[in-house]
Amino acid sequence: MKKELIKYAVFAICILLAPLAFSGNYLMNVLVFVGIHTLLAVALNLLLGYAGQISLGHAAFFGLGAYGSGILSTTYEWNPWLAMLVVALVVGGLAFAIGFPILKLKGHYLAMATLGMGIIVYIVFNEWVAITGGPSGFSGIPNLELGPVVFDSDLKNYYLVWTFVLGCVLLSVNLANSRIGRAFRAIHDAEVAARVMGVNARLLKVQVFALSAMICAIAGSLYAHVMTFVAPPSFGFNISVELLTMVVIGGLGSIYGSFLGALLLTMLPEFLRFMHDYDIVFYGGLLMVMTIFMPGGLVRGIPDLFRKITGLKNKKGGAHA
Amino acid sequence: MLELKGITQIFGGVTALNDVSFSIHADQVTGVIGPNGAGKTTLFNIVTGIYQQTSGQVIFEGSDISGIPVERLAAKGMVRTFQNIELFGQMTVLENVMVGLHSKSKSGLFACSFKAPWAIKEERRIREEAHEWLRFVGIEQLADVQASNLPFGKGRMLEIARAMACKPRLILMDEPAAGLNSQETVGLAELIRKIRDLGVTVVLVEHDMELVMDICDRIVVLNLGQKLAEGTPREIQDNHEVIAAYLGDDD
Amino acid sequence: MELGNQLLQYMLSGLSTGAIYALIGIGFSIIYNATGIINFAQGEFVMLGGMLTLFLMETLKLPLWAAIPLAVLLATLVGLVFERLAIRPLRKASPISLVIITIGGSILIRGLSMLIWDKDTHALPPFSGDDPIMIAGATVLPQHFWILGITVVLIGLNKWFFSHTISGKAMRACSYNPRAAGLVGIDVRRMVLLSFVISAAMGSLAGIIVAPLTMTSYDVGVMLGLKGFCAAIIGGMSSGIPTVIGGLILGVLESLGAGLISSGYKDAIAFVILLLILFIRPQGLFGKPESERV
Repeated sequence: MKKELIKYAVFAICILLAPLAFSGNYLMNVLVFVGIHTLLAVALNLLLGYAGQISLGHAAFFGLGAYGSGILSTTYEWNPWLAMLVVALVVGGLAFAIGFPILKLKGHYLAMATLGMGIIVYIVFNEWVAITGGPSGFSGIPNLELGPVVFDSDLKNYYLVWTFVLGCVLLSVNLANSRIGRAFRAIHDAEVAARVMGVNARLLKVQVFALSAMICAIAGSLYAHVMTFVAPPSFGFNISVELLTMVVIGGLGSIYGSFLGALLLTMLPEFLRFMHDYDIVFYGGLLMVMTIFMPGGLVRGIPDLFRKITGLKNKKGGAHA
Repeated sequence: MLELKGITQIFGGVTALNDVSFSIHADQVTGVIGPNGAGKTTLFNIVTGIYQQTSGQVIFEGSDISGIPVERLAAKGMVRTFQNIELFGQMTVLENVMVGLHSKSKSGLFACSFKAPWAIKEERRIREEAHEWLRFVGIEQLADVQASNLPFGKGRMLEIARAMACKPRLILMDEPAAGLNSQETVGLAELIRKIRDLGVTVVLVEHDMELVMDICDRIVVLNLGQKLAEGTPREIQDNHEVIAAYLGDDD
Repeated sequence: MELGNQLLQYMLSGLSTGAIYALIGIGFSIIYNATGIINFAQGEFVMLGGMLTLFLMETLKLPLWAAIPLAVLLATLVGLVFERLAIRPLRKASPISLVIITIGGSILIRGLSMLIWDKDTHALPPFSGDDPIMIAGATVLPQHFWILGITVVLIGLNKWFFSHTISGKAMRACSYNPRAAGLVGIDVRRMVLLSFVISAAMGSLAGIIVAPLTMTSYDVGVMLGLKGFCAAIIGGMSSGIPTVIGGLILGVLESLGAGLISSGYKDAIAFVILLLILFIRPQGLFGKPESERV
């Protein structure tokens, strides 16, 4: 556990000091979105990596958080922080309720069910024009405020979003090294034996599904207040796939891997602007290549690759991982 | 303690078990034996909640437990081990036993994420108790070894330690001696006696006749899905039908 | 139009779209039964059918009757390559990896299609003109007859293949018990490949026959694939009549819903049905529930 906390501390320090290197640069804006994507990827990773459940509809929870917060704080003039909390709890509750039937399903059925759910939510965003503004989106969402501070600049939003990310990562680290984390690993290794020991696999999976949904909803709320505008395309199937790609690239089950995946997939399009249309081909190809050649993601793949290369160079020692 | 009444199990067209009834008495070691295909494992899976019997009742400490989901049985005081040891391979030996304590602990998702003080205390207790159970079965020195790297005999011990961590009143072992050499089997017999002396009722499904005759207080014999005989080891050894069923019992 | 005529209209057009969903659903079932995998890329084979036919007609100036078989052939080739490159190396991988790779494959195929062709929607010419025919007050297009006719033929061929040919029976054997099938000498890997080949062929043909009615573009595969999957689920993943019924039910319900309730939410209908079935009766309307509790 000590090792984990040290890793976390290093990570947190790097994150908190990063703006010193980038301030004034338009990359700060990108880094805010890296933060939001990291939150989403970590949430999906909790589900995929720890509970072993696939979701292809996580963008729906993201969208519900965004629209929920946006509408409550704008149309109904709620306090944005209260709205964020309430929306997160409601989305968590909804996920808990539909989690029971959904998580009874296995593998691909589960994937399809979450996909279907995601698309239904997306269609509602598009069609319920009176509340959501339909395809043209919903604007006028206020920035978040904390006392005298109004979060209206890239730098302030950076700290706002990344504070949440760091909190979420810490919670994930704690969870992984706890009784519950063990219970999940047990379910992974030998589910029947885990259940014999009293691990209520079903309930735990549903709980983690709800937690994952809540984190996505919070990410959505933050997104809404940072952008002050939301529209359906940001919450469609493509986004769910992007999130999946981020988690897969980083490595299923690895929290920092999710960060890496989010970082790469958010930054790359910025550097490859001219390749905009190629992005779906890129994601598809990347997913396939990673699954075949580096199923453990970059987090495990790069050290392995490194070891293989240096192992080969050292004929005496032999090639050992 | 445990009563089976009229257990019948039909799979498709095959009757695996036909109206099997017997009782397990508390604080004893009971062995369930029978030739291959007698239905022992099926019976086991029914009692431990993995299969749902076609008809009949399983009564544990006075209440009917048929239909109760597997995960609730540990809290009720019943636990089992597996013939092909089902260890949590990616976790350490100690962590395996710590999972055994899952039913005796309560910190939930949120308490663990936020590191609530009671969760921290509970974690410490879990760790200590896990060490105790490793000591009980004699593998404490292997606490930090990854479970998948254990030799089979030690893996068997770990499974028992993990099951005992649930503090069960009844432990059911599915062929615990399978795969053990004679020295390890002697160790197993001693361990089972230690468990009985703790006041835990033991039921074993076994093929190793020496072990069964040595440590069991009572034996139930199944053949072809039906109860053939029941009694003390002496009585079973002298029972002609049992001998015939085994076609040359090599004890 | 009176309500009666309207209803008939919706039902007829629903039956025809339902037939398409049935064909796509059968494609899903064939692969699932042979491999245990849900091929997320199934919808893309459907898309490729229409787009390839268009491409062959417009760029290579082939007549419709030559373009269609060639398009099916090319789409089948894509299916073959996909199985070889993506599925075969992963035979021992976890279900999650398999799901992810078929998702990746579907995205890749879609993305490449977008780059090679374009993002526009195109119309394929109807096979025998588009003069509407009146049947009991409802308008039916000749293309509808083509759809129903070809669907019936394909389903017949399908049934014949699985019941009366050695390969078909071998595939069924694989679906019941791959290990046993392997032990009696069936080349399971070949069966897997065959399942992809058949599904790709059926899927692409389905895409071609519906394209004159609903237009085609690089991303029609997603929705069609999902709805086909829905049909397969209703049918309990059967590669026969139950899935056909599933498809027809879905098509008709969708059509009625779109006509009578709202057309904006039309797509949602299929997914609501999908979720309801998965939640309440995952074995489909015709399957048997699982007997083991664990």
